[in-house]
Amino acid sequence: MKITINKIVHDIDVDPNMPLLWVLRDELNIKGPKFGCGISMCGACTVHLNGQPIRSCSYPVSAVSGEVTTIEGLSNPDDDPKSLNAVQQAWLEHQVAQCGYCQSGQIMAATALLQKTPNPTDEQIDAAMSGNLCRCGTYPRIKAAIKSASASISEPTSQNTTEPAVKQGV
Amino acid sequence: MGTLAKVTRRTFLFGSVAIAGGAAFGFWKYRQPYENPLSKRLEPSEKTLTPYVIISKDGIKIIAPRAEMGQGSHTSLAALVAEELRVKLSDVSVIHGPASKAYYNAAVMEEAVPFAQVDESSLARNVREFTKVPAKFLGLHITGGSSSIADGFDKMRMAGAVARDTLIEAAAINLRVPASTLTADDGAVTTIDGRRIAYIDLAESLDGIELAKEPMLTPQSEWRVLGQSQDRVDMFGKVTGTAEFGIDVELPEMLFATVRMNPSIGGKMRSFDASKALNERGVESIVELDNGIAVIATNTWYAFNAARKVAIDWQQSDGPQTQKELLNLVLDSFDDDYKDSRFRDDGDCDEGCENAEIISAEYHVPYLAHAAMEPLNATALLKDGHLDIWAGNQWPTLARSKAAEISGLSEDDIEIHTLLMGGGFGRRLEPVYIEQAVKLAMKHEGRPIKLTWTREEDTTHDHYRPLAVARFRGVMGDHIPETIDFETASASVAASQMGERAGIPAVGPDPAIAQSAWDQPYKVPNYRVTAYRAPAAIPVSSWRSVGASQNGFFHESMLDELAHSKGLDPLKMRLDMINHLPSQKVLEAVQAMSNWGSPLPKGTGRGIAYCLSFGVPVAEVIEVVNTDRGIKITKAFAAVDVGVALDPRNIEAQVFGGLNFGLAAAMMGEVTFDKGAAQQSNFHNYNSIRMNQSPDFSIKILENGTRVKGIGEPATPPAAPALANAIFSATGKRIRELPLSKHIKFA
Repeated sequence: MKITINKIVHDIDVDPNMPLLWVLRDELNIKGPKFGCGISMCGACTVHLNGQPIRSCSYPVSAVSGEVTTIEGLSNPDDDPKSLNAVQQAWLEHQVAQCGYCQSGQIMAATALLQKTPNPTDEQIDAAMSGNLCRCGTYPRIKAAIKSASASISEPTSQNTTEPAVKQGV
Repeated sequence: MGTLAKVTRRTFLFGSVAIAGGAAFGFWKYRQPYENPLSKRLEPSEKTLTPYVIISKDGIKIIAPRAEMGQGSHTSLAALVAEELRVKLSDVSVIHGPASKAYYNAAVMEEAVPFAQVDESSLARNVREFTKVPAKFLGLHITGGSSSIADGFDKMRMAGAVARDTLIEAAAINLRVPASTLTADDGAVTTIDGRRIAYIDLAESLDGIELAKEPMLTPQSEWRVLGQSQDRVDMFGKVTGTAEFGIDVELPEMLFATVRMNPSIGGKMRSFDASKALNERGVESIVELDNGIAVIATNTWYAFNAARKVAIDWQQSDGPQTQKELLNLVLDSFDDDYKDSRFRDDGDCDEGCENAEIISAEYHVPYLAHAAMEPLNATALLKDGHLDIWAGNQWPTLARSKAAEISGLSEDDIEIHTLLMGGGFGRRLEPVYIEQAVKLAMKHEGRPIKLTWTREEDTTHDHYRPLAVARFRGVMGDHIPETIDFETASASVAASQMGERAGIPAVGPDPAIAQSAWDQPYKVPNYRVTAYRAPAAIPVSSWRSVGASQNGFFHESMLDELAHSKGLDPLKMRLDMINHLPSQKVLEAVQAMSNWGSPLPKGTGRGIAYCLSFGVPVAEVIEVVNTDRGIKITKAFAAVDVGVALDPRNIEAQVFGGLNFGLAAAMMGEVTFDKGAAQQSNFHNYNSIRMNQSPDFSIKILENGTRVKGIGEPATPPAAPALANAIFSATGKRIRELPLSKHIKFA
C-alpha cells in the first residue's frame, strides 16, 4: 500500500483496518500526531487529509486517498524557526502550550480553520476547536493565538518581519 | 494554633515515623550531601558543577529534577539557576536528569504537618524546617504538592551561584589573575580589561578545581531573569510536534504492548484463552499478569486489537460492588470510630449550637479520574543485566525501587529516563505502568518494549480522587458566623497512596482529609473541623489539589449558604471574618476586578469563593448566565498570592488552567462504580471542559505572602464553589452535589 505523508510517498504493509495514526506513529516514526482516546473524542491525533482536518485515530489507512499532512509537514523547524506557519508563530508568541500533548492537534485544527476561514468569529473558532480537548485548559491562549494568526495572515508583510518569540528551547 | 500542647495531641502523618527515623540517623549526616549522580553519567567532554549543571564545549545543560507535566517547572527551575549563573535561558538546555536521592524534594512534606500554612509561629516554622530531614533521608525525588518552586527557590539559585563562582575560579587560574578581579555575565567570565572567556571554553579547565563554597546570591532588586516572564524552554518543541513525550520514545528493535486488566477493581484473573488473539496479525506474545494480560506486538494497534480478542474469565473483587455501597462506606464513617483529626477546635461549638437557629446541610463529591491527555505508557529494555526505563513519571526513585523489586536487579543497574509528560495531575506518581513494562521487558530480554494503555484502561484503572461527604451546622451572628461545626469524610489519600502502595510509613491522622477546611484563616468564635477517615475500598490518590479539591467546595459553599441566610453579601462577609492579610488582599482584588456588587441583568449571577491551599491564598469570582440552552460560564476572575512571582506569564497560565480543571470537574466530572468496575471509560462519558465552555479570564498576581510558593494546584479548589455559588445567584438553586450537571444543564 502506498501513502503520501508530508509530500513523501511511503510504501507500507499493514492491516488495511489499521488507523492512520498507528501507521504514522509506529510504522513511519512520525510522532507529532498523538494518541489520546482512540474514538475521535479528543482531537490529539488531528492531521490533514487533502487540507481537511481528520481524526487519524479512527481513520482506516485503507480509506486514505490523497495527501496527508501532519504537524511535521507544516514547517521545517530544524532548518529555520522562521519557517513556522502563522499559527505556530502565534502559538509561540502567546506561549500557549502547557503539557503540550494536545497541541499538535490544536495547531492542525487551527491551521485548517484559518485556511478555510481566514477571519473567523468567536463562534466559528469555538465550532472548529471544541472537538479538541485540552486538559491543561489552555483555551484562552489558543483563542488569542488564533486571532493573532488570523491578523498576521491578513497582513502578510508584518508576519515576515516579525522575529519569532523563541529561537530554540530544549 | 501552634501550641505545643496541641502538637502533642496531633501525631504526624508519614512524618511521625519518618522524623523519628531521621533523628536516629543523626543531624550531622543530614548535612552531608548525597553523591552527585551525574558524575558517573558524563560524556567524555562533559563536566558537572553540582547535580544541577553540566558544562562542555558544546553547551550548558541544567538539570531540573521535577516532572515537567505542563506546569512549567523546567522553565522556572532553570530560570533560578540561570539568574545566578548569569546565562540566558535560551542559551541552555534543560533535562530531567536521572533518578537520584540527591534530587530529594525538601518541601513536599510541609503539607503533612499539622500546622496551617498561614501559621508563622516559631514552632510551626521549626517543624516545617524539620520535615526536610526525613525528606532527605527518604530521598524523595518526587513532584507534587505544588512544591517544586518552594523546594527549588534556594537550592537552584545556589547551584547556579556555585557553578558561576567555580567558573570564575577556573578563569582566574587560567589567566593567573585574582578571582576578585573577574566578573561573570551573559555566559562568560570578563576581566577588568574587558577580555571575555565563554563558560563553555572553561569546561576543560575545571578538572581539579573545587566547587565554590560560599557563593553570594543575587539580591532580588538586581534580578534580571527572575520576576520576568520567560519563553518556556519546552515551547518550541511543543508547537512543532518535536517535543519528546514518554509515548514518543523510539528505539531499534522495539516491540509494542498493551494491557487488559480486570475491570472489577482489585479482582484477579481466573484463566484466559489467548488462542484466537495469538493468530491476529502482528502479535508476538501474550503475557499473564496477576490481574490481567498483556499483548506484545509489532505495532500498538495490533496489540490493542488482539487484547480485545483474548477470552478472559475474571474473578469479581471482594470489595463493595455498587456506588451505593461505596457512598455508604463514607456516610457510615461519620462516627467516633473513624475520627481521624480535629485540628481546629476553637470556642465551644456544642454550646454555640444550643437554642440557636441552626443552618445545616450535607454535601457530596464523587470519585474523579485524572484523565491526563497522554495515556499511561512506559518503555523498558532489559539487556546484559541492565534495565533501562523511559517514561513520564512524577516519582523516579519510587519507579526505580519498584523496578528493582520486580527484576531482582540492584538499583545501580537500573536507569530511569524521565521524559516530558502529557499531563500528570498526580496520576504519574504511581508507577504501576512502569512495573508492567519491566515485567514485559523481562519476558523479551534484549528488546525494548513500549507499553501503552488504552484510554479505557487508563480511565477504569486510575487511582481516583476519593468520593467525599461533608456535613455542617452553622449559627449566624450579625455579620459573620458565630459557630461553625464542619465535618468532612473521605478515604485517606496518604494511607492509600503513600502507605499501601509506596511503602512509606503512614501513621497518624492525614491532614489532607480536612485540607483547606481546618487550616483556613477565618475568624469564627466557635469553629470546629473534624475529619473522618473512610475505608479506601477503591484505591485513591493525589488529584490536582488533593483534599482541597473537595473541601474547597464544601467549605466555601457552606459560607455562601450562611451569608445568604442572613441576607449578607458573601464577599463582604468573608472580608469581615478573614484573619490573614495576603488573603484579605486577594479577596479585595477580585472584588474590584469583578466589579462585585454592580447590578447584573436578570438570569445572570456572580459567585465568590476563596481557598488557601499549598500556602497560596486564591479568591475567584465566576459569572454565569442562565440561557435557554442552560448555564453558560461567561467570566472568571482570580487573584492569587504566591509570595514572589518568579514568572508572571506562567503563573497566569497555571491559574486559568487550574481553574478550568476545577470547572471541568465541577460541571461534569464523575466516576461511578457498578459490579466493582468503573462505569466511565473514555471522553464520551468522562468529558471535560472544551473551548466553547471556557470563560474569559482576568487574573491578578499579588506578592504579599511571606514565602515563595508554587501555583500548580491552588487555583483549582475555589473553581467549583465559585461556580455553584454563581448558579445559586443566577437561579436561586443551591446545588450540594457534584457534578453540577446532575442537577442543572450547561450550555
